[in-house]
Amino acid sequence: MAHIRLPDGLQGIRAAMAFRPETAKPLNELAEALLHAPNSLTAGERELIATYVSSLNDCYFCQTVHGAIAAAHLAGDEDLVRRVKVDFGQAAISDKLKTLLVIAGRVQKGGKNVTSADVEAARKAGATDVEIHDTVLIAAAFCMYNRYVDGLDTWQPHDEELYRQRGKKTAKEGYVSMSQEYIPQQKQEQGA
Amino acid sequence: MPHISLPEQLPGISSALAFRPETAKPLRELAHILLHEPNSLSPGERELIATYVSSLNDCYFCQTSHGAAAACHLGDGDTVKQVYANFEEAPISEKLKRLLVIAGQVQRGGKNVTRQAVDAAREQGATDVEIHDTVLIAAAFCMYNRYVDGLATWQPRDEHLYAQMGAHLAREGYQTPSVRP
Repeated sequence: MAHIRLPDGLQGIRAAMAFRPETAKPLNELAEALLHAPNSLTAGERELIATYVSSLNDCYFCQTVHGAIAAAHLAGDEDLVRRVKVDFGQAAISDKLKTLLVIAGRVQKGGKNVTSADVEAARKAGATDVEIHDTVLIAAAFCMYNRYVDGLDTWQPHDEELYRQRGKKTAKEGYVSMSQEYIPQQKQEQGA
Repeated sequence: MPHISLPEQLPGISSALAFRPETAKPLRELAHILLHEPNSLSPGERELIATYVSSLNDCYFCQTSHGAAAACHLGDGDTVKQVYANFEEAPISEKLKRLLVIAGQVQRGGKNVTRQAVDAAREQGATDVEIHDTVLIAAAFCMYNRYVDGLATWQPRDEHLYAQMGAHLAREGYQTPSVRP
């Protein structure tokens, strides 16, 4: 049971967001800007960064739903998503993304762990300043989302098919549009 | 020197927000709602939670600027120092002490929050929204702190600058920049 009385029947962050639509609005807009809006990093690459950080933080809901969104962007390649979580150095992803995942892992342990050598390596592999910025902020933001989801002890059913279907839909529609499914709209407007 | 080319003369998160306005907007709005908008927890109490978590994450810029904002709201800088040294002995309410315990657990990881800590907060009168907001403030500062330090932003050691920023934040909130180039 969750630590506070959250709306019934909603999984993970959805329950917390429906409970407090005022904060749900910027939380969804941040995810939209970081993961779904056009970017020189593909949506699949950005979702892999989010999935990797969520797995380091051991957040079942976030790593499963973002893993499913990543797979949906990557032509359904769930095996690639698993490999990135287990040992991204050996995964079939670009060298640039590997160097960005190193930076994301450092941020997960704490901001001061990011070294100039890590950033240089990413730059040598072709990463731009915006890509490095976005990697740091995606990793930092998932250190928030993961703590939010687990810190309230939200309901996180283990149901792969549920996450797979939701992943496909979120990959297509994005976070702000999907939030209309579970956030009371009138309340959201009042909070805005 | 920052890891990427950030606008000069802007300290801490201000430079990162100016670098990427698309993400700055929701980041500002989230802080504004959590720390500044009307709430049954006072802005001073919420700034103390933010300051405490930032000190656990050892983020100089965030703990100093939010500490200055808390001091402005409370009219007292000593309480802020006592909260990071040992909040159990600080002149704050029992309810806030129990919420700071939850915030510290969130800082170490969401799964660390115990039923016992939540019950203790509730016994001191904390509502579900107050517990929710404490968890989200603590989680959000695990983001803001990592953002500020992960980019190695410029964080001048200048108490006067932070006092000015704190006064601006306490008065205006987070929707507009607290420092200008």
